[in-house]
Amino acid sequence: MLIKHKPALSEAQVTPKSIYVDRRSFIRQTLAGTLALSGLGLSVSPALAAQAENPSRSAWRQKLASPLATMQKSPYSTTETPAPLKDIQRYNNFYEFGTGKGDPGEHAGGLTIDPWRVVVEGEVEKPGSYMLEDLIKSHLLEERIYRLRCVEAWSMVIPWVGIPLSALIARFKPTSRARYVLFESLVRPEEMPGQRSLFSGIDWPYQEGLRIDEAMHPLTLMAVGLYGDILPNQNGAPFRLVVPWKYGFKSIKSIVKIGFVETMPPTTWNQLQPGEYGFYANVNPAVDHPRWSQKTERRLPGGLFGANRIETMPFNGYAEEVTSLYAGMDLSANY
Amino acid sequence: MRVNWRSRSVWWGVFGGSLIPLSERLYQMFWGDLGTDPGKTLTESLGTIALCFLGMTLAITPLKRWFSLSLVHLRRMQGLFTFFYASLHVGAYLLFLADWSAFMDDVIKRPYIFVGLAAFLILLALAATSFKTMMRRLGRHWKTLHRLVYPAGVLVVVHYAWQSRGDYTTLFIYSLSLLLLLSARLPQRVFHSARSPEPE
Repeated sequence: MLIKHKPALSEAQVTPKSIYVDRRSFIRQTLAGTLALSGLGLSVSPALAAQAENPSRSAWRQKLASPLATMQKSPYSTTETPAPLKDIQRYNNFYEFGTGKGDPGEHAGGLTIDPWRVVVEGEVEKPGSYMLEDLIKSHLLEERIYRLRCVEAWSMVIPWVGIPLSALIARFKPTSRARYVLFESLVRPEEMPGQRSLFSGIDWPYQEGLRIDEAMHPLTLMAVGLYGDILPNQNGAPFRLVVPWKYGFKSIKSIVKIGFVETMPPTTWNQLQPGEYGFYANVNPAVDHPRWSQKTERRLPGGLFGANRIETMPFNGYAEEVTSLYAGMDLSANY
Repeated sequence: MRVNWRSRSVWWGVFGGSLIPLSERLYQMFWGDLGTDPGKTLTESLGTIALCFLGMTLAITPLKRWFSLSLVHLRRMQGLFTFFYASLHVGAYLLFLADWSAFMDDVIKRPYIFVGLAAFLILLALAATSFKTMMRRLGRHWKTLHRLVYPAGVLVVVHYAWQSRGDYTTLFIYSLSLLLLLSARLPQRVFHSARSPEPE
């Protein structure tokens, strides 16, 4: 007689999928952690981009192939030389994947970026849940080479590909009560290890916002690409904001929600440290961060001997285009 | 197999091991890749190494007290390696990272630099008085002076804390480790203060 015992737990239930699928990096991290704690400082160097690309990226690239093929150059681009792709991909602040600059490059590869929906809500005539490709396909993609100035006093030149946010906003037909635009990033702890951290100060989702006139400004870009290709996951794939005259943290990544509201929306860094990060966060060499100077910046990539330290420009060099947005405002009070 | 912790080979082994982080950094500097922001990467990694050595130096008393493992003969070496890596950290900061045009402004206004500098000055004083002649000359004051390593530990963690943003996992690990290491000193002060102090 055959008695079948059904096991209470299957093998797959014992270990969370995210860990066994990612076991190599788990082993690498554990090993690196142990060695670091033992003080030997022997870090196991991460095998960047060693694994095959995840299928959702290939699917998304397919969908974006024809818009990318007709990409136009933009007069808003700087003539400065863009940072090499390698540096743009390995030096990131994307706390959903960890706080180290290399963490997003190591951990974001598995993020599922297709299918991708963006919820549009609030004070608009056409709210809804849109497929990202439907938002993009009727617009002409532009390449915009912008300076990016991080609040941490480093900067890079990045060749984004995207569409002006103003064109997108026009489709949703905001009402007269839409005075601010808010944005939210993806929350998916199983693919975003930083969101699993027990000691994170950030209350996910990451949130950002702009005044409606800032959002409608022609420089404000919704990026879907970089160097003529779809965005790398660590750079905020598949869909992110780029506001070149503001500190980098305003340019929220992997956006899943755009809302139109009457009052100033809460923003992540401002809520975390209101004395250090304001809602406006315009690049301003005259207003120091309480913990460091904002007068200069390190233009990356830099060399060890001869760091590229350059003067920081008001509004990150876009003063001519955007100063009028802030006429009559005290920029040291509204940092 | 029993390890004779007091043997010369253990001493030399620890000495050689303590040089591995240095050789790694040198390799990265001259033949390898320090990444996109090399000055910052080098400075931060040397700081972390110095912090680990400080932790190991402070761990010697708890190892003896809680695990009966006496590595007291290695403490001066570990302390001097702490100072060595802290010096490289400060040197790398000055050479590869500091903004000279705003340097004094930075030191005065940026609390994390000020606190780090204070910790470094303590380590400098301890390193300078770590030799037998200075021990003899300072007599009983030597021990009082070298207890400054505890405030130095606190300053180092504050130096790190003031640069933390957003996620505090590492800061939690550092703070907890420091608390644990310092707590190893407490019971002795409480329970044995009447007796003659045992050598630390």
